[in-house]
Amino acid sequence: MPTSSDLTAEIAEQVRQAGATGRALEIRGNATKRFYGREARGEPLLMSEHRGIVHYEPSELVLSARSGTPLTELAARLAEHDQMLAFEPPYFAGEPTLGGAIAAGLAGPRRPFTGSVRDMVLGVRIVNGRGQVLQFGGQVMKNVAGYDLSRLMVGALGTLGVILEVSLKLLPTPQAEQTLTVDEPVTRIYELTEQWLRAGVPVSAAAHDGARLYVRLSGAASAVAFGSQRLGGQDFGSAERFWRELRDHRLAFFTCRGTESIWRIVLPAAAPPPDLPGAWINDWAGRQLWLRTDTDPAHIRREAQRLGGHATHFRGGDRTADVFQPLDAPLLRLHQRLKQAFDPAGILNPGRLYAPL
Amino acid sequence: MSERSLYRPEDTRFEVDIEALITRLRPLLPAEGLITHEQGRRAYECDGLAAYKQLPLLVASPETVDQARAVLQICSESRVPVVARGSGTSLSGGALPHPQGVLLSLAKFNRIKEIDPHRRIARVEPGVRNLAISEAAAPFGLYYAPDPSSQIACSIGGNIAENAGGVHCLKYGLTVHNVLQVTLLTIEGDQVTLGSLAPESPGYDLLALLTGSEGMLGVIVEAVVQLLPNPLTKQVLMASFPTVEAGGHAVAAIIAGGIIPAGLEMMDGPAIQAAEDFIQAGYDTQAAALLICELDGGEAEVSEQMRRVETILREQGADRIRVARDDTERARFWAGRKAAFPAVGRLAPDYYCMDGTIPRKHLAQVLKRISELSAAQGLRTVNVFHAGDGNLHPLILFDGNRPGELERAEQLGGQILELCVEVGGTITGEHGVGMEKIDQMCVQFRPEELEQFYAVKAAFDPQGLLNPGKAIPTLNRCAEFGRLHVHRGELPHPQIERF
Repeated sequence: MPTSSDLTAEIAEQVRQAGATGRALEIRGNATKRFYGREARGEPLLMSEHRGIVHYEPSELVLSARSGTPLTELAARLAEHDQMLAFEPPYFAGEPTLGGAIAAGLAGPRRPFTGSVRDMVLGVRIVNGRGQVLQFGGQVMKNVAGYDLSRLMVGALGTLGVILEVSLKLLPTPQAEQTLTVDEPVTRIYELTEQWLRAGVPVSAAAHDGARLYVRLSGAASAVAFGSQRLGGQDFGSAERFWRELRDHRLAFFTCRGTESIWRIVLPAAAPPPDLPGAWINDWAGRQLWLRTDTDPAHIRREAQRLGGHATHFRGGDRTADVFQPLDAPLLRLHQRLKQAFDPAGILNPGRLYAPL
Repeated sequence: MSERSLYRPEDTRFEVDIEALITRLRPLLPAEGLITHEQGRRAYECDGLAAYKQLPLLVASPETVDQARAVLQICSESRVPVVARGSGTSLSGGALPHPQGVLLSLAKFNRIKEIDPHRRIARVEPGVRNLAISEAAAPFGLYYAPDPSSQIACSIGGNIAENAGGVHCLKYGLTVHNVLQVTLLTIEGDQVTLGSLAPESPGYDLLALLTGSEGMLGVIVEAVVQLLPNPLTKQVLMASFPTVEAGGHAVAAIIAGGIIPAGLEMMDGPAIQAAEDFIQAGYDTQAAALLICELDGGEAEVSEQMRRVETILREQGADRIRVARDDTERARFWAGRKAAFPAVGRLAPDYYCMDGTIPRKHLAQVLKRISELSAAQGLRTVNVFHAGDGNLHPLILFDGNRPGELERAEQLGGQILELCVEVGGTITGEHGVGMEKIDQMCVQFRPEELEQFYAVKAAFDPQGLLNPGKAIPTLNRCAEFGRLHVHRGELPHPQIERF
């Protein structure tokens, strides 16, 4: 049953007190992504009771909800109006919250075709490290008043502010959906997807597991029928489970053995597959690779960088070392100054993104 | 129009030794790259908001990134303000010069360095015109989606600085959704790459932060933008409504029906008449509101959606629906809308264009209040509207030669923007705050939020040299404007002076 409660005052007070004594806080929703990023430390700041949909206007394609609201609750409410979150956030295991989805900034297989998490963020309410409750952006599609501090929260892993509430742009749920498999090598994944897109095929996901290319089509019934005919390939049947398990890392592939860990490698369009040992699944039409390997992290990062991308030590391995691709000196300096601007005492999820932040 | 001092004392606190500055800049720049004489500087005294004028101290026009970096380093060392300028089409005074500062023109950075049709990207210098990117991409069946109405002249650097929109934002997004990577010079002369050709980059999303930051955080010297394939088919229809309310409801019904049009624009009666008189687009001048709806995509999908849109429009009370038969007619339907500003320009000696955005459901109520506020000021207002994304462009008609009219127009503009904030919207959807809407920022944001903005600014520009006095008001300015947002009766910062 959906519940609603506003703990703004309590959360802000806990941040203020932590700030006064310089105690670190670990911002925690339902801890479904606690494995992600560098090691979490600090006194827990619990967000899951700060929940509820604050505003939902289907004809505006906009929803605002408190950060502790479970994604399942949002999805159910949106489904009543044939709408959805456009970025297909991963659930992993458990009951992820909206705040965690925004702070992690992770998107599912649909991302290259409909947009990223930050693309859909319209506004936020946060508590900064001084314990001040601040509101940026809004509930309208176009808003250029002030710096865009809303989108800055996406992927910041809570290091700049505690997310209290988020306003998002929504998309209509596609009328029809179908998944096909095509016997093509992974080296053609980008080129083929491009050909299909340019021919008007409504591709909403393109992944390759080393054996087959999986293509999901979403859109008006007529467009999906046209795409299906154009592609050929084999109908994959009820593929919803496949895409969900890929999104949530529940496919057998994601089980590590021995000293293996999971890496996420993000690459420019049309980049060749990286030359790295291990098992992989290719998503986002070649732009996102999941790699299961026990290879040296430095080697993985060099190869990702050589191809114009970057690598994240997504799951497993040493969580006290660098998890995200290291930043060059001028960029790191800007990051440190920004952290200082939001959280001068360094109490919000310290070190979760990079050691100095 | 009268020249007024637009900057506040705290924005003009710099002490600049102009002779020493010239001596240092001269050897770094090409012969014509440093403009010191008044006649030359006069050409830069205003941008697209011509009511605001200010002579810059100097104009520097570098030709290379190294020259631009050197100018910034010298200005940083000597504490000299810098205002970056692309094509100078800002409608909010974003490129208005600073009286003690260097106007940094990026006009010579006008090369398209690369079009990669396979990866669908364009690598461009900041002074490249928006439309030039689409023109260069056209032979490959590609285009750059954001299309502000000034696209023939405005530069991509300025588009990024303002997060420019256009008529196709609802489906294809704003500038922030279409730029992959930016090379930025900080005021201290560091060169940093924000974003990536990959779908995201490690660390904070500084590219999103930079986009729309109005030249306050750094100077863009290169951008990589995403190109899109030309839509396979397009259909455009026009629907007439007997009331503005009915038109507003029709817009909501289309969106609620699960259709995202490529463009969804609305004009009110006076705007329809003005456009028709100007360009003879074949508009229904009897209508109180005209909706232009463009659908694009695959052929089957577009015709299916077209049928559904027509049904919805009739249910919502459209008197008349016309579907363009071919490209020529489609272009004519759009021509009136695209010429709305110059068309309205013929109705009065001057007009003042507003840019508030509101939740669409408040459209009818807001338009009614706008007409009441206009009547109270004794001025006329004409409305064109990016209906799909709630972005209003009320055009206030006035005559700047009549004493007091500019002031009344500005007052009315301020009232309209405050109305937008009141219904849950924003003072600017796509034109930026610049100098024009800086007082209204005091209405939209509380002092603590403004202070967070100052802290972000200081992280990039500790001395406050980039575009001082724009975009984010000082607390003193808000206090003087009399709209300092007072929270629970507590006056913030009692130590600052009140005027």
